[in-house]
Amino acid sequence: MILEIKNVTMRFGGVTAIDNLSFGVKSGEIFGLIGPNGAGKTTIFNIITGNYQQTEGDVHFLSESISGLKPNIIVQKGIARTFQNIRLFKSMTVLENVLIGFHNQMNYTFFEAVLRLPRYFSNEKRVKNAAMEILERFGIAEYADYNATALSYGNQRKVEIARALATEPKLLLLDEPAAGMNPNETQDLSNIIKTIKEEYGLTILLIEHDMKFVNNMCDKVLVLDYGEEIFEGKPADAIVDEKVVAAYLGDFTHA
Amino acid sequence: MVIEKKHFIQLFLFVVSIWFIWFAQNHFDPYTVSILNNIAIFAILALSYNMINGIAGQFSLEPNGFVAIGAYITALFLIPTDTKIDMFALVDPAPSVLAMHLSFLPALIMSGIVAAALAFILSVPVFRVRGDYLAIVTLGFGFIIRIFAMNNPKYTNGAMGLNDIPSVTNLYWSGFIAIIAFVVMINIIYSKFGRAMKAVRDDEDAATAMGVNTFWMKTYAFMTSAFFEGVGGGLMASLLTTISPNQFTFLLTFQLLIIIVLGGLGSMSGAILGTILVMGGSEWLRFLDQDMDIFGYHTGAHPGLRMVVFAILLVVMMLFARKGLFGDKELTEIFKRTKK
Repeated sequence: MILEIKNVTMRFGGVTAIDNLSFGVKSGEIFGLIGPNGAGKTTIFNIITGNYQQTEGDVHFLSESISGLKPNIIVQKGIARTFQNIRLFKSMTVLENVLIGFHNQMNYTFFEAVLRLPRYFSNEKRVKNAAMEILERFGIAEYADYNATALSYGNQRKVEIARALATEPKLLLLDEPAAGMNPNETQDLSNIIKTIKEEYGLTILLIEHDMKFVNNMCDKVLVLDYGEEIFEGKPADAIVDEKVVAAYLGDFTHA
Repeated sequence: MVIEKKHFIQLFLFVVSIWFIWFAQNHFDPYTVSILNNIAIFAILALSYNMINGIAGQFSLEPNGFVAIGAYITALFLIPTDTKIDMFALVDPAPSVLAMHLSFLPALIMSGIVAAALAFILSVPVFRVRGDYLAIVTLGFGFIIRIFAMNNPKYTNGAMGLNDIPSVTNLYWSGFIAIIAFVVMINIIYSKFGRAMKAVRDDEDAATAMGVNTFWMKTYAFMTSAFFEGVGGGLMASLLTTISPNQFTFLLTFQLLIIIVLGGLGSMSGAILGTILVMGGSEWLRFLDQDMDIFGYHTGAHPGLRMVVFAILLVVMMLFARKGLFGDKELTEIFKRTKK
């Protein structure tokens, strides 16, 4: 298990967003987190990345507790994320956006940057090449010098994933990667995610509403409803599971 | 390192500016030289103010406080002991004040270091939270420094201020330090630190999610600002040869704010152009303060009328060009992007 969620409960005032949830993600797996709106999927992401501090329970990454660590430390441990609504750095070029992901892999100091000592040049060169390589893999290298917001929606998504990949994660959290994409773009994206997963040896945890995408991508899914687990297993079994259907469409038997 | 065309352009600009500094210092009349001195010092201040406000995106109102600190420290280091004893009329100067002695360059560096150290102390509580607290804290900081200078005549000679500061600042000092400030800040901007500062400005959550330690990025930006504001204050003290607490009011900060908004928040070349326009413009508009004859109608003298021009300019900017002259791009980037 690369990631283990152990009896996590998250309360916002009186609202229980996550209720005693436990699950584990195996190394090399593509794990889907699905459920109706407000089920607590993004809350789980925010707990894993350290943006929220859970009320109870523990999160283990590579058999080490990461609860209570700051988000930027958790990134350095090897967990990267994308956001539900695209959050690129608006004033920067595509390349610069990806370079931010390499922030912690450049080891020159503030004074070395000011004085432009050799380590600055060697680091910047190495990282720029690595960033271009990632952009090429995503097929958006030609846009490297464009302002990030000038790209199409689908390409902005790719930049966001490329940026997350630049932090050299072991676990990648994707929050609705296919949202707002047309079927072609979705297909393109799932191919890219599968390739990079193999090439970089990633484990992927993703939230998605597009069931075709989930079916095609995920080895395993967990269905959440009102902060509780209602199903865990293969995606094909999820869509025929009574409880899951009831959660999405309403329970007709007791209506 | 490969030698590219841009390196020649950089070298060319460097040589031209040095030649200009030399030429201006030796051939221009004292009035023009004093304006150029002022422009150079304000360029240093505007560049540093732009660092925290424009690059790191943390709205701050700090310059007057740090400029005052720099001015007082440099002045106390430069004034000879005998002059100090004569000057401190209210109370005798503190022994530590009498013991302060340094030549100009170390005095400037000390001013910068003290300002940067104070910036660090301020940033520890302020940058732990998000929002506009920095503006409130730095506004208060400016007042505290001024009131401290007013009420501690042992160190600052109170409201009478310090006079007879040796006049060392000339265009070589102010011009070279302005070039150094510009190069240092450009080097920061085009490094991982500058990129991370801009990332914090654009989207703090996303920057954290990339592993950026936002606290340190803001602190680096703030300390860099404070350092050069301290140095600029020192240059200013030695240029004016007399300083008093009331010189460092909020109006100084406001003037710098106009400059960087005009030039474009986040653009260093914009800050320099803004300084030239505002400082040069306020000299050029001096006639507005004097009596004028407009079509035979005689107006009286209205001191401060030229400031109205800047107020109107700022309103026009807000309406039609909210991002300033250069936006958040440097001059070179603007050329680069229009080609695409």
